[in-house]
Amino acid sequence: MIQPVRAVVWLVEGTWQGCLDAAAQILPPDTQVALLHVTPSDVGEITEAATAGLLGRAFRTHRPTGHFEEVADEEASAILQAAATRLGRENTELVHRRGRVEREVVSAAQGVDLLVVARDGDRSRLGPHSLGHATRFIVDHAPCPVLLVWPDEAPGIESIPPPPPGHHPPPHGSYPEGP
Amino acid sequence: MIVPSFVAETLAVMLLVATLVWAVARPRGWPEAVFAVPAAALLLVLGVLPLSLAGAEARSLAPTIGFLAAVLVLADLCDRYGLFEAAGTWMATGSRGKPVALLGLVFVVASVVTAVLGLDATVLLLTPVVLTTVARLRLRAKPHAYACTHLANSASLLLPVSNLTNLLAFRASGLSFARFGAIMALPWLAAIAVEWVTLRRFFATDLVGRSEVEVATPLTIPVFVSVVVALTLFGFFVASLFHVNPAFAALGGAVTLAVPALVRRRAKVRDIGLSLDVPFLAFVLALGLVVKAVSLHGLSSLVVRMVPSGTSLGSLLLVAAVAAVLANLINNLPAVLLLLPAAAAAGPGVVLAVLIGVNAGPNLTYVGSLATLLWRRVLRRRWEDLPTSEFLRLGVVTVPPVLLASTVALWASLRLVG
Repeated sequence: MIQPVRAVVWLVEGTWQGCLDAAAQILPPDTQVALLHVTPSDVGEITEAATAGLLGRAFRTHRPTGHFEEVADEEASAILQAAATRLGRENTELVHRRGRVEREVVSAAQGVDLLVVARDGDRSRLGPHSLGHATRFIVDHAPCPVLLVWPDEAPGIESIPPPPPGHHPPPHGSYPEGP
Repeated sequence: MIVPSFVAETLAVMLLVATLVWAVARPRGWPEAVFAVPAAALLLVLGVLPLSLAGAEARSLAPTIGFLAAVLVLADLCDRYGLFEAAGTWMATGSRGKPVALLGLVFVVASVVTAVLGLDATVLLLTPVVLTTVARLRLRAKPHAYACTHLANSASLLLPVSNLTNLLAFRASGLSFARFGAIMALPWLAAIAVEWVTLRRFFATDLVGRSEVEVATPLTIPVFVSVVVALTLFGFFVASLFHVNPAFAALGGAVTLAVPALVRRRAKVRDIGLSLDVPFLAFVLALGLVVKAVSLHGLSSLVVRMVPSGTSLGSLLLVAAVAAVLANLINNLPAVLLLLPAAAAAGPGVVLAVLIGVNAGPNLTYVGSLATLLWRRVLRRRWEDLPTSEFLRLGVVTVPPVLLASTVALWASLRLVG
């Protein structure tokens, strides 16, 4: 069992409570915990691309379009505050970043002893779809040990579909014998 | 003509290219009209575009530009009366915190707003509201952002007002407003259905979980503006029955909203003047004249060869594909201006197939958008911010099936409604 001195817990909308509770169970009380939330920057790019496609409307598209980024920042702070309260520990740091989510999480995990992330995809059954795109990247690229938790109860093992017909794995303990 | 023919031809093409490059690059953030208007004037002065032809083109574009102006003001006033805010609250409450339900409501609202108030309204006025709503609900914004931007293009097939390309084609097609809508209803629904199935699958892992937030704002329906928009929509159809230009219905709606807004100081005269977007209107007129000069000097015969004239399923599909490719190469506004003369000669079915291509096609690369965006980033040397491959991957999985489904629907529709 590792004894992490410094840990990062990545919190995402929808799964942050479960992720935090799982982290609280595992992390020793004296661990320095950084609660991390990343606001994606690509949403702004999507809308920027759409306005760029409106040929001839330079005059109107100069106008600021809504206050999405402000609201997103407010909600991110609210999630981090609520998480700090829920965790109820002294040595907790709140980290809010903005950018490419997966890259920011990987960079925030540099030099720490443990990164805690939750499965954020389809959580109705065990399998590769239970990892979303960002989580998949983070698990693959993390520069430190990763604790991958189910934010709610893990589905049963029977949720794995049966192997395709004609596929016969060797029985336990029996390997093909050498010559 | 002052200049020899081959010089005229080269000059017209060069000025069209320069107009588009300027519009994409927008040096110093200057409006597109700053280049397009002098370019059109130069073609007139040099006699490349004879004054009589230019006058005829301007006269045929004038009602379209007036219609566009009225719709721009109408949409802006809808925003000032809180129509989009109310739609945001309605989507938040109606979704009960479920991301898939929210996406469904975003689809309904974005499709209706695009159809009735045009794609500009969806991109510039509705999308920010949707994004704020999603952020407040603490759900992931990406599927909803893509839904808005995609539907602004592919759900702009229904009515002449839905897209400037439609307005331009509407006059050329010779169809009435009601008939246009009747024929395009099936292709519109087909496009929305395909977008729903693809986005739902593409973003499956982002549409899980549930919002933890209770919606605090009570829903108050802005009755006056809703009634005016409904009456305006009704007016479009009534006007077309009596062979009156439906632009008058849009004008009526805009005035009905503008007067009380001005009286109650909800908007100033200056605001309404700004929402008219005169530089945009000037750009459309100037671009129309430059394209006319280009078509006059040889390009039209090339376009006629590119656009098949039949209304068999095969040739409609080919027309839509050609239009989509062209829209991705040079943006859909110049694409439709170039293709229209040949398409109009081939009949309304071909014109509508062109519209499917130029409206749904731009979702492929967002050119217009993606290329524009990349180009501006290159100019600003912001290499690190280049968009992900996600745009392109989503474009590749949605656009071909949307083009196919909508064109098949158009073919069926032409046989049913004829």
